[in-house]
Amino acid sequence: MARRSAPEINAGSMADIAFLLLIFFLVTTTIEKDKGIARQLPPIEDVETPPKIRERNLFIVTVNRNDQLMVNDEIMDLKDLRQAAVEFLDNGGAPADSPEYCSYCQGRRKADSSDNPDKAIISVQNDRLTSYKMYIAVQNELVGAYNQLRNRESQRLFGWDYTEMNRSLEEGDFKGNVDDAKEKLERIQKMYPMKLSEAEPKKSGS
Amino acid sequence: MSKFRKEQAKDLPAISTASLPDIVFMLLFFFMVVTVLRDDNLLVENKLPKADQVEKLKKDRSVFIYAGRPSEQYQEKYGKEAKIQIGDKYTDVSNIKFALTEARQKLLPELQDRVMVALKVDEKTNTGMVTDIKQELRELNMLKVIYISSPGNELDQR
Repeated sequence: MARRSAPEINAGSMADIAFLLLIFFLVTTTIEKDKGIARQLPPIEDVETPPKIRERNLFIVTVNRNDQLMVNDEIMDLKDLRQAAVEFLDNGGAPADSPEYCSYCQGRRKADSSDNPDKAIISVQNDRLTSYKMYIAVQNELVGAYNQLRNRESQRLFGWDYTEMNRSLEEGDFKGNVDDAKEKLERIQKMYPMKLSEAEPKKSGS
Repeated sequence: MSKFRKEQAKDLPAISTASLPDIVFMLLFFFMVVTVLRDDNLLVENKLPKADQVEKLKKDRSVFIYAGRPSEQYQEKYGKEAKIQIGDKYTDVSNIKFALTEARQKLLPELQDRVMVALKVDEKTNTGMVTDIKQELRELNMLKVIYISSPGNELDQR
């Protein structure tokens, strides 16, 4: 039998086919980029007597329909909001001998600001016509204030950033004792619990 | 010595393109892995606000709600007022509950209790609409929400 060598298949068009597929996938897909500010909504329950909160423990952020910001009856710029929130949360105004004394706070300990981070409540009040952009910007700054304080404490106690650790735990690329790290994260969360309340928005024009 | 020189004296051989498909396939696989097929057809404008204190969305347990003005090609039909979109169609505020329960049933059964609602809202929308949505969510007892945002910070552009 005469052996004929099989002719080589021309692979030159392979690149074209692959390019075609590549372009198809480039066009039909979007790169996954869904990230956002997570929030837990309060459940609906009838509270007949709202708990009494001292005025000094409240940090009231109001946004009006023109996206202007007011904090505790004073007009404020968005860029100052984070610092103001940090100062409020970190104030630790309770006297040193009371059970509410905050030993890790580094604030100015003013008597007319929050007692300790556990008592401090940030309340955001929006107008119905506030733009969503402003709403997110305010939320972002307030979460930023909490993260700043939590990072500071976890740096001091454990030598790593709270937000970094949270992220690496979530993505599963943390090498080390996961349970231990989670416990530590919870400890930090307890030191600065996120107490962001949202009032029902006022009707526009009021 | 002369033996070697003889072979070098020829013309330069053409560059082989045989590995080109491999390279392109590599690119192709990269894009296939890092991307997801768009599963919802956007009916509303969706320019997300910027934020940097963000967490990652767990896609397997989330239900998407879009809100914003209808996209340009739909504006003639539906007007310019902001609308809510769940799945592939517009939804009314009063109809959110039904649409969300429907959307939740598409998730894996073991994840349905831990559902997270991802709000993709256009930055020009009024907060009032978002509040209405949130109120409905509270009544449905779907309390975990995440405001999807694009990376960046609003403060930077001022």
